[in-house]
Amino acid sequence: MTMTTMTATTNPAILTADWRDFVALTKPRVMTLVVFTGLCGLLAAPGKIHPILAFTAILCITLGAGAAAALNQWVEADSDGLMKRTAARPLPAGRMERQSALHFGVGLSFFSVILMGLALNWFAATILAVSILFYVFVYTIWLKPRTAQNIVIGGAAGAFPPVIGWAAVTGDVSALPIALFCLIFFWTPPHFWALALYVRPDYAAAGIPMLPVVAGERETRRQIWGYTAIMAVAAFAPVLLRLTGALYGTVALAATLVFAVLAFRVFSSLELEPAKMRAERALFRYSILYLFILFGAIVVDCWIVV
Amino acid sequence: MSADDSKPQLDEPQIRARQQARAKVMALALAAFVILVFAISIVKMTGKG
Repeated sequence: MTMTTMTATTNPAILTADWRDFVALTKPRVMTLVVFTGLCGLLAAPGKIHPILAFTAILCITLGAGAAAALNQWVEADSDGLMKRTAARPLPAGRMERQSALHFGVGLSFFSVILMGLALNWFAATILAVSILFYVFVYTIWLKPRTAQNIVIGGAAGAFPPVIGWAAVTGDVSALPIALFCLIFFWTPPHFWALALYVRPDYAAAGIPMLPVVAGERETRRQIWGYTAIMAVAAFAPVLLRLTGALYGTVALAATLVFAVLAFRVFSSLELEPAKMRAERALFRYSILYLFILFGAIVVDCWIVV
Repeated sequence: MSADDSKPQLDEPQIRARQQARAKVMALALAAFVILVFAISIVKMTGKG
């Protein structure tokens, strides 16, 4: 879609969006995981940071994630309108002018990056800026409408928050935040494709080439299983590299086993009817909990070692 | 039915109410920002940052 068509379809009848619509534009539910992983990166980092500055760092990560989500919705307003899951969002539902979403997203992006740079450090601010740009330009505009591997590469955008949180404290990046980045990066495909399996008709209707639409359900289930294996290695990498202790190792082992069992159920399922895909829904829900558990364990482990 | 007709239309009191609500939220956000900048400045000046 070009910018010309976006401007042309702007509806002049909608004058004032409700403030709640601006909040909805930031995808608050998705943001909770982003904020939590960013907070864990910050808490796991060595060194001390004043609580006010820690709060500011998390605020900047939150606002940056919200800005990227707003710009994502600005780009995808048309395709969102074609999907049941996203049709009620402020732009496709016609509750907000497109230009308002663009201004809000760009403004929030600059605000979050500049505040991070001035209050914390410019290294963390640069990673924050890269994560926003990556999500909007590489994932949303370039990859998502073109390739079934969109969320594999695009998953990097969601993997930045713990690195940003770490960099906010230390001013650099070491092995542990890179391991956390890899964990989220390889967690994203099984997480997202579990959802994509049971909302496949939505993606097909919108013409988005998600893996179940392009390669079919059998291939998606096979790739979910394959990426779960790689994710398991990434989950144990902090232990194998001696970056964390036995507590994280034990929690990671138990949580990853449950993940593997659920992923195997998806792999071995022959269900074709989205409404009956219980194993896929279970994996999607558990995958969110899984990340909360592992990141929480890393923080506790780091604090015990200290 | 045109595309514009399918969008929710607001009457004048509704528009005013929304504008007022947005102005209040904006004022609160600005006040919070001023307090945050003040707090960051204090932390930086006292060398605790």
